[in-house]
Amino acid sequence: MAEYKTEPLKCWNKAKELRLKYYKDYQEAHKKGGIRWTGGAWALDAVPAGLGRDVYNITGEPYGASIAFDKKFSLECMEATEAKGWARDLCSYMRNYWGSMYLNKFAFGGEYPEPDFCYQDHICCSHAKWYQHVAEYKKTPYFCVDVSVGPYNELDENRLMFVVNQLHEAIEWMEKTTGRKYQDELLIEAVENECRSTSTWAEICCLNMAKPAPLDEKTMYSLYVHGTLAKHKKEVADFYEELRDEVKYRVENNIAALPNEKCRLMSDTQPPWGFLKVFRYLEKYGAISIGSLYTFGLIGIWETKPDGAWGPRTTPMQKGEKITNRDQALRILADWNLSKPEWQHFYDPDLKTEMMLQIVKQWKLDGVMLHLNRGCEGLTCGIMENRLGIAKTGTPIMTFEGNMGDEREFDEKQVMTRIDSFMETLGLQMMTV
Amino acid sequence: MITAGIDMGAKFIKVLLLKDGEIMAKAQEMAGFEPVEAAEKAFSKALSESRLSKEDVNAIFATGAGRKAAPFAQDSITEVGAAARGVTHSHPSVRTIIEVGAEEGRAVKCNEQGKVEDFAINEKCAAGAGSFTEAMSRALEVPLDEFGRISLTSSKSIPMNAQCAVFAESEVVSLVHAKTPKADIARAVHDAIASRIVSMVRRVGINNDVALIGGVSYNPGFVDSLNRGLETTVIIPENAEYTGALGAAIVAAERNKND
Repeated sequence: MAEYKTEPLKCWNKAKELRLKYYKDYQEAHKKGGIRWTGGAWALDAVPAGLGRDVYNITGEPYGASIAFDKKFSLECMEATEAKGWARDLCSYMRNYWGSMYLNKFAFGGEYPEPDFCYQDHICCSHAKWYQHVAEYKKTPYFCVDVSVGPYNELDENRLMFVVNQLHEAIEWMEKTTGRKYQDELLIEAVENECRSTSTWAEICCLNMAKPAPLDEKTMYSLYVHGTLAKHKKEVADFYEELRDEVKYRVENNIAALPNEKCRLMSDTQPPWGFLKVFRYLEKYGAISIGSLYTFGLIGIWETKPDGAWGPRTTPMQKGEKITNRDQALRILADWNLSKPEWQHFYDPDLKTEMMLQIVKQWKLDGVMLHLNRGCEGLTCGIMENRLGIAKTGTPIMTFEGNMGDEREFDEKQVMTRIDSFMETLGLQMMTV
Repeated sequence: MITAGIDMGAKFIKVLLLKDGEIMAKAQEMAGFEPVEAAEKAFSKALSESRLSKEDVNAIFATGAGRKAAPFAQDSITEVGAAARGVTHSHPSVRTIIEVGAEEGRAVKCNEQGKVEDFAINEKCAAGAGSFTEAMSRALEVPLDEFGRISLTSSKSIPMNAQCAVFAESEVVSLVHAKTPKADIARAVHDAIASRIVSMVRRVGINNDVALIGGVSYNPGFVDSLNRGLETTVIIPENAEYTGALGAAIVAAERNKND
């Protein structure tokens, strides 16, 4: 007997359509005289938006994840990358992406669409080399931004300007490379959209504090992804507001993601994209993953409110601040992005532990699951310190090994057995239907 | 009340019969390629030993890697839970349980009721499990039951550099060619496994008393290395390899009482 009522999300199909449209627009950009650029999801993507309304990007990580979901194609990409001599322990998103490039196959059909330029920021060693290689292989112009300015709580004017000045250079470089005149009003619009979409996503994550949770993490992956594709676009900001309103409705009407929610968990870093069934497996125990630092903090931008709680960061527009010029827009963009929670723990695992414990407390969770993700050096850095830090508080925690993008490194049976043991530790038994 | 615990291990199937908290009988069979058949055989043996029939058994619970395939088990519990309940039944002072079986090494932190508070399992590494000792004893051409004993005669610490059980075999061959005494090599192997296990145990914390169960607990060489690594003396329950089955039988009794 279900404890809570549940129903599918009304905006689910729109989410799917938006995503497919994004990839189709990228693929067909040249047909309409538009520009294609490729880079990471963290690459401060509002900047190229100033080149025109026909500028389309493909962000490497979601693309790598999309490939990972297609196990057969992913294996082809992995093998193509290994055949070129690359090591198997490199970033698995990168290997999937490169494989697609080497094979000249686009995950959404047709050939790999050639970018007009690469634009990237160096969030980790892999991201730094990823597009350098793409640029060399495809003989494509490449601009990169060095963003190693330390955690946000140490950001000062010098560090901020280190990034902002590079963004100014990036714009000049883009004008020369594309031959287009940069339009500051488009940049301003993109920055405002980005602030709106990322703050709204944080708001949506906050709604998952409700019991029963209106969303489960597997569903959230299909929703947060838009922020990784084009958070600077009006359609994404608008979609998140529509989604937020629907999730609010679900909370007000006690509509659950999991009809028999008994236990609330969070996960950690990227999931094993080829095995998202682990989240459905949890549900057999009445356990729901309500999110993670990854789903909350990769796209969501947050701030600590006066009462000490985490909440969506107040946008400049909400503060009544009007963006009037390029420099102001770039400063806001840089500051906004550098405050991203997922960025902080690249510098210190203790920062990640603190943030995760904040989520455990505020979202009233019963346990934590850590994916020891062999496919990502950046987000896995310090993860065993995280485990220790969380375990010290008495919060039940489990780990499982895997790889976000290389399904060869995920042992399904072994992981399910670990989950069984963890559920038992939490006092849960598998529910009979 | 009579209950049975079936531990469907990777290599051996163990069955234990429990009556009102006391062990009545136990039996084991090699799992082989027909673990279900092996389980049935082991169960029959245990029933025969205790002069019972299947109908006399009120509840049967399974544990182990193959627990979902256990014949005639009403329910199952994981190896982690079974280990905690099995050990604390006979040794209530134990707070840390180390289980080293053929393919897995586990560390479990529990409270006085045998409730699991934390656990760690070796990930994708055979160098912290019984299969490693078997492979090394073959490489040294020493019978497995001798392997532990001869390592106790060594007083030399030789670090094994290989992180991997497969590469360690080549390292053993190199040591043999360098005329290193077999006793010293055996000790080096045990020290290497023990160090991996200790590293895993540290993830859940080393809280006395510490118990060791699983087939490798019968290897005195490994036990010696583990004691040195943990800087404590582990308790090895009697019939350590049946602890999982015991834990399953205990939980079967509890759940049957509540039903």
